[in-house]
Amino acid sequence: MTDYKISAKGVQVYYGDNHAIKDVNVDIEDKTVTAFIGPSGCGKSTFLRTLNRMNDTIDICRVEGDILIDGEDIYDPAVDPVQLRAKVGMVFQKPNPFPKSIYDNVAYGPKIHGLARNKAELDEIVEKSLRKAAIWDEAKDRLNAPGTGLSGGQQQRLCIARAIATAPEVLLMDEPCSALDPIATAQVEELIDELRQSFSVVIVTHSMQQAARVSQKTAFFHLGNLVEYGETDKIFTNPEDSRTESYISGRIG
Amino acid sequence: MSLIFIVSIVIALAAIGYVLGVRRAVSSADGDQRILHSLKGYYGQNVALTVLVPSMLVLAIWAIAQPLLIDQSVSGLLDLEEGRAQSLAMADVRRVAEGLDTAIAQGALTADAAANMDADTTDVRDLLGDIGVAIGSDVTAETLNAAQRYRGLSNTGSWARGFVVLAIALAGFAFALSRITKDFRARNIVERGVLVLLIAAASVAVLTTIGIVLSLIFNTINFLQAYPAADFFFGTRWEPSFSGRGGSSELGFLPLIWGTMFISVISLIVAVPLGLFSAIYLSEYASPRVRSIAKPMLEILAGIPTIVYGLFALLTVGPLLVSAFGQGGFFGVDWMSGGTAAMTAGLVMGIMLIPFVSSLSDDIINAVPQAMRDGSYGLGATQSETIRQVIMPAALPGIVGAILLAASRAIGETMIVVLGAGAAASLSLSPFEAMTTVTAKIVSQLTGDGEFNSPETMVAFALGMTLFVITLCLNVFALYIVRKYREQYD
Repeated sequence: MTDYKISAKGVQVYYGDNHAIKDVNVDIEDKTVTAFIGPSGCGKSTFLRTLNRMNDTIDICRVEGDILIDGEDIYDPAVDPVQLRAKVGMVFQKPNPFPKSIYDNVAYGPKIHGLARNKAELDEIVEKSLRKAAIWDEAKDRLNAPGTGLSGGQQQRLCIARAIATAPEVLLMDEPCSALDPIATAQVEELIDELRQSFSVVIVTHSMQQAARVSQKTAFFHLGNLVEYGETDKIFTNPEDSRTESYISGRIG
Repeated sequence: MSLIFIVSIVIALAAIGYVLGVRRAVSSADGDQRILHSLKGYYGQNVALTVLVPSMLVLAIWAIAQPLLIDQSVSGLLDLEEGRAQSLAMADVRRVAEGLDTAIAQGALTADAAANMDADTTDVRDLLGDIGVAIGSDVTAETLNAAQRYRGLSNTGSWARGFVVLAIALAGFAFALSRITKDFRARNIVERGVLVLLIAAASVAVLTTIGIVLSLIFNTINFLQAYPAADFFFGTRWEPSFSGRGGSSELGFLPLIWGTMFISVISLIVAVPLGLFSAIYLSEYASPRVRSIAKPMLEILAGIPTIVYGLFALLTVGPLLVSAFGQGGFFGVDWMSGGTAAMTAGLVMGIMLIPFVSSLSDDIINAVPQAMRDGSYGLGATQSETIRQVIMPAALPGIVGAILLAASRAIGETMIVVLGAGAAASLSLSPFEAMTTVTAKIVSQLTGDGEFNSPETMVAFALGMTLFVITLCLNVFALYIVRKYREQYD
């Protein structure tokens, strides 16, 4: 039918009695960066987490509607959420390297999914992932040092390398730069732009400049509703909805 | 002057001081409370504290010092060598003195008659026996003389005590009241008083610990002077003799520590997997409903008195094990001859330790940040992969700490061993044989009728000391590990 990577139709999310996401329809294209923007508590992170069923780990969370990835309903009972998450990787707001060596952090995903036939192949995956995440030069001499010993920006790039290593098709990033300084942020943004060649990237961000810099498509969420979704240039220069305009010009939010 | 009398006077004085202090403060400000430096209650508290604290302190020191000084002065009259004979004689002196006081209080003797009593003409033992004070032997003139001296000194002492304490209380009363003006910083002084109170409370615990350790050390040294250290630490036989023939006892430490370690290891083999697995289930898998029921249930185990576990070992587990491993038992092996064995005590102790391991590990697993779990799930790991490869490594130091704390509990456990493991000290390798531990032997050495300063009883202190050192090392090591772990996520 289409070449959309992810298409969500009539998605509702409830936390107990709280209706967090109200009837969201969105189609996300392959090999593009899609940014979700909106004020705090508008549901953008919640929606991101429904895309790889991370919300399953929260007991009181309930999801309705259809989310299709490559035309397959990911909430179908036949779908294994564990397999799904290998395909839809995730990078979190706060860098969260495991208390293991840098090498083991990156090798974690390939090991549990059995992606490498032998040690040499695993080494290769680790090196490739670290190179892609632009941290190879800093980490190559200390692969056995603990990942928690890196600086904040390095840790976040390590987490990105860790997510890339499982060879996902979609990469979800939940405010990946909110804990980083401007220099580390610039490095990560550059990286996101490179990653676009191989994956579909969905990024949640509080920074409108960041959304404008890295994304091709932007979705604006407000109070659980998807207010506007379209080309990034259009959203930032000529929004259709008055709420979008108020938010990006700083009048609300 | 009796103690209660003195204390109640001082307390009354403090109460009066409080009221007067408040009044004086208010009147010094011409009735306007707002211009006082502190709230008016602080002025009253300051007076009350100045009355109470120094006088009670002196009273406490006096209560400790007076008997020591009197004993020293009276024992000079007895002309005995220092040591046991002297301490026995002093006990007689004290009883006679107390007996005479009781007799006067009951009206059996007049104060004059008691003071002028002559041991050659009066049978003091009979006389005191009539009023219910039993004396071990006939009272000699020397003892009576010393007792009279003892009475005299105590009497003088208690009057002097009363006067000194009351004088200090009154002086404090007058001093504190005279200092009150509207600018006096009563609040700051009370604040410092509170600080001193808190420090005093904290030092009680510390000083008690130091006292216990010192008493253990000195008694251990005493024991090691009476019994060769090499025989104690490296002896392989534990055969104390209570007949008092001396020299025939073998007090080897090795069989006891072997039993202790053997039983502790068995109990940890039981407790660590069960406790750890239940902690993992409760913290990672269980729904809040199950957790809210199961966790308290598990913690009830920790509330059961160990003697009840001991009964359980003796009456249930022991016979059960015999019916499985004993002659004609379920497995057809004849390994076990009696219900009391290392295995029995170890199994039951393991059950006792489960809540220890599980509740500490549960806290530690819960302290692993949710971000770790999210990170792992986000990479497509299953729950058990996440637990094995991310949560356990992160929580491991804390869990090791929990296990070490459980181990030191196991080493120090007594009642279960006394009832479940038997009393024979042996260096056996079989878990189905009776064994005994350091703690159980401390109990049996001190509850026998041996003389209190023979090596057979003094060995209890040496055993206690060794045990204390072992568990202390384990605890310090455990705390070190737990603390090191904590630094990681803060």
